[in-house]
Amino acid sequence: MAKIIFSRKEFEKRIKLSKDVEEKISLFGTHLESINENEIELEILPNRPDLFSFEGFMRSFSAFLGKNTGLRKYKVNSPDKNFKVKIEPSVKNVRPFTVCAIVKNLHFDDTKIKEMIDLQEKLHTTIGRNRKKIAIGIYPLEKIKLPIRYLAENPEKIKFIPLEADREMSGIQILQKHPTGKEYAYLLEKYDKFPVFIDANDKILSMPPIINSHETGKVTNQTKEVFVECSGWHFDTLKKVLNIIVTTLADMGGKIYSMELNYDKEKLVSPDLSPIKMKISVENINKLLGLELKDQDLKKLLPRMSFDYTKNKVSIPAWRTDILHEVDIAEDVAIAYGYDKLIPVLPNIFTVGEESKKEKFKRKIAEIIIGLGLLELSSYHLIKKEEAKLMKVACLEVLDSKSEYKMLRPNLLVPTLRILSENKDNEYPQRTFELGKVFSLDKEGKSETKVKESEKLIIASCPDNFTGIKQILNYLMNSLEISYKLKEVIHPNLIEGRAGEITINDKVIGYIGEVNPETLKNWGIKMPFGVLEISLEEIFKFD
Amino acid sequence: MKIQTEEVIKKLSPMERKILPFLKTGFESIISKSGLDEISILRALKFLENKDLIKLKVEKSKIVYLGINGIYYKKNHLPERNLLILLEKNNFLLLEEAKKLSSLSDNEFKVSLGVLKSKALIELKNGKIILNANKTELSKKTLEEQLIDSLPLKEKELSLELKFAFENLKKRKDIIEIKEETGISFELTELGKNVAEAKIDTNLVEELTPDLIKNWTKEKKFRHYDIHAPVPSIYGGKKHFVNQSIEYAKDIWLELGFKEMTGDLTVSGFWNFDALFTAQDHPVREMQDTFFIKDLEANLPSKDIVEDIKNAHEVGISGSKGWGYKWSENEAKKVLLRTHTTILSAQVLAKLRNLKGKTGKYFAVGKCFRNETLDWSHGFEFNQTEGIVIDKDANFRNLLGYLKEFFTKMGFSDVKFVPSYFPYTEPSVEIYAFHKERKIWLEIGGAGIFRPEVVIPLLGEYVPVLAWGPGFDRIIMDYYKIKDLRELYENDIKKLREKKIWIK
Repeated sequence: MAKIIFSRKEFEKRIKLSKDVEEKISLFGTHLESINENEIELEILPNRPDLFSFEGFMRSFSAFLGKNTGLRKYKVNSPDKNFKVKIEPSVKNVRPFTVCAIVKNLHFDDTKIKEMIDLQEKLHTTIGRNRKKIAIGIYPLEKIKLPIRYLAENPEKIKFIPLEADREMSGIQILQKHPTGKEYAYLLEKYDKFPVFIDANDKILSMPPIINSHETGKVTNQTKEVFVECSGWHFDTLKKVLNIIVTTLADMGGKIYSMELNYDKEKLVSPDLSPIKMKISVENINKLLGLELKDQDLKKLLPRMSFDYTKNKVSIPAWRTDILHEVDIAEDVAIAYGYDKLIPVLPNIFTVGEESKKEKFKRKIAEIIIGLGLLELSSYHLIKKEEAKLMKVACLEVLDSKSEYKMLRPNLLVPTLRILSENKDNEYPQRTFELGKVFSLDKEGKSETKVKESEKLIIASCPDNFTGIKQILNYLMNSLEISYKLKEVIHPNLIEGRAGEITINDKVIGYIGEVNPETLKNWGIKMPFGVLEISLEEIFKFD
Repeated sequence: MKIQTEEVIKKLSPMERKILPFLKTGFESIISKSGLDEISILRALKFLENKDLIKLKVEKSKIVYLGINGIYYKKNHLPERNLLILLEKNNFLLLEEAKKLSSLSDNEFKVSLGVLKSKALIELKNGKIILNANKTELSKKTLEEQLIDSLPLKEKELSLELKFAFENLKKRKDIIEIKEETGISFELTELGKNVAEAKIDTNLVEELTPDLIKNWTKEKKFRHYDIHAPVPSIYGGKKHFVNQSIEYAKDIWLELGFKEMTGDLTVSGFWNFDALFTAQDHPVREMQDTFFIKDLEANLPSKDIVEDIKNAHEVGISGSKGWGYKWSENEAKKVLLRTHTTILSAQVLAKLRNLKGKTGKYFAVGKCFRNETLDWSHGFEFNQTEGIVIDKDANFRNLLGYLKEFFTKMGFSDVKFVPSYFPYTEPSVEIYAFHKERKIWLEIGGAGIFRPEVVIPLLGEYVPVLAWGPGFDRIIMDYYKIKDLRELYENDIKKLREKKIWIK
């Protein structure tokens, strides 16, 4: 999600706000986050980066409201003699592609400059995947001498004054010392050579995707003409992002000029604003949406989403990044039709509901135990590192957890001990149970993920002794008509001589016993308690 | 009044009856005369108050006690008395001499001089202390001494003279101590007076026993209980409230004819993301957002599915353009905690791949995970309810129909739909429900129709699949009026015992 803030005054110069318009904003697929006297804050879905700027949003939203509908056309002027960028083969393994354009006739003020910087940043963090996939640079043309070269250079040899610095730095120094350089260093540091744009005076314009030059890469409100480049790894997306930038500048009054891109083996011209054509079928769309639209309905609806439509053919704006398939057009048809006008309908098909046998079994188990007056607990599937340490059990670990919960629980005893410890000042008796999954390494190699997940039941009765907990086990097993045996066992957390393995047909299904004082003390529990933990898989064979 | 008196008498408990004869005497004497402990008496008094027999008065009062030094001085005289006794033997003494002989501390000595001077019992002249009092004056106890002898007393009840002494001693170290105490007194009401004077039948049956049942005669009378009297709490066993709500949601899907899906919480990136057309460079696949499990590599499913999914990502499938990047098997093999129950839907579709009848309605309610901090508004585990409808005639309006039906049964009859975005559905929709009490629209979940890029590689052909996966926790929190997300799993036994049952 990208949050964007517009000036309310500027917004209302074009569209007067009302309850109806506010409603329409959300029906257009943008969430109206907040609105006050000065500002409107919107949340734009990540599939529509073309709406990230004020100009981009107004262009599409006006069409949605019925003003200036259809595909917006922009004139792309042919390049002057020097409007060229040479892409040298050295960038191939570093940052292989760039597409560029020139926009003239600009009248920047502080608001417009801020809008462009915001747009650039939003594109970087979303579709640009934090500049990895795409980075954008905008440069004042009056400070640059065309043509331009895009090449990869030894970082020691790259020397320029970056933005927000007061002295010349090398490529390496920028990654080590410049705040922006440090933030994005991981994108370049693995390469021997860093990409740079260099003008005809051999001046460095920028080192993408990190930073522009202070001298040649800073747009001010004196700037009337700009050079725009997008560099990155995904040619098709680069083209669309460039289109988003240049159309936004054009909406501000700019005139777009194309540039000649000289790649090693081919010559291209960018930007390419010609619409993308897609064949669609009215029937497919109706079937998907549950509507009965006619061809002429689409002729009315699609232009409100800024498409052109003639007889089964949609012309898609060259700045839309989200249209992969006919279904994407179908959604826009539904949006134009109005989600509020789609009448929900339950189909008349007969099906039989069915609860999973495992879940049904678990419900029964819970019912039996609740009958004894026990309280169900529900705890996190992750436990803390020090808890695992305290219990001396090996656990699977998750990477880079943001909380103190870092390990997958190996049993239900850990959460039970934590909960009893946290409840030591609440009224006793505390008789509890929990049903849930525990995790261990799958040594038999049966599971796809190599993790063995097992359904467990734990019962704790506090304060209580062996007799008390065994009574519960007997009641449970009798209710299930299962006969079990106990075998004396040494268990690290149970009192020796008061601990047993529970077996069915010689297969161990769990343990039962009185928790030993060491464990109670370690966890700060002041009452004795009896506990049993069993594997449900072993007492019920699921399908 | 008479009838009322009789009614009350019928209900008097044995304890109340026991203290009744002493009611006129006051709290202290009830303790001594009834032979009951203070707590029982207090309880009985409380019950008598409930029956309007007495009016209890709780008052806080300041009680003056002896302090540590006070207790000592009471035994060994106040320092000024010691000095007086010394002077009585010597008539006058040099200051240092007096100090030495009296064996008082600096402070005590200084204070004593001050006190005695102010009482005009001594005079100081040229470094000498001269006794200025006669025998009678000397034999009389000072006010301070009188006070020390008579403590403890209520501050408010001190006589004027003692009050003066009290103020003096208060300034001196640890001689007296003031404690605030709560005292109870009571007053009989009119009704209370009547009851206290009435003759009380002590032959009422208190507790019915097997013996009494056997020998029951009509004449016997029960003591009447005060049915309004409070009783101690008891607690039953019950399901955890989160599980109660999950069960409720499950029952709705079962009523609507859906079949339950279950599966593991640890899954591969392949099922969780790739099968759902989530590009491998999508931010959700970073460690920032998802719990990856250390040191594990999953196996991928059968080759045909893997190949189809790879194609869907790289070059597209059935007229789609795909994401246009190089798909990596290693990325798909990462093991993680599932981020949505939608993975269960993907697995069900793959199971139907080789079957003839590719149709069905499935649901799941289950735990999902995201790498999050833990605070009042964030948690790393959440509940999601998942559903899919696989049917050649299923459409977007049907999807809205199922959602509306489900949320109506969840207690939100007023829902609205707005466009949304998920990588694996198109069209996509966000559901908002109107909260009747708070009068706001709550965002309660997302849904859509699976993209062909999801369905075709899994199912082997395109059949519309309606899918939804709204989160659940906000609804639970709203119902239980929980503001802090951590409360869902804090397992405070007291709170769990007192929580209401989920009934919608």
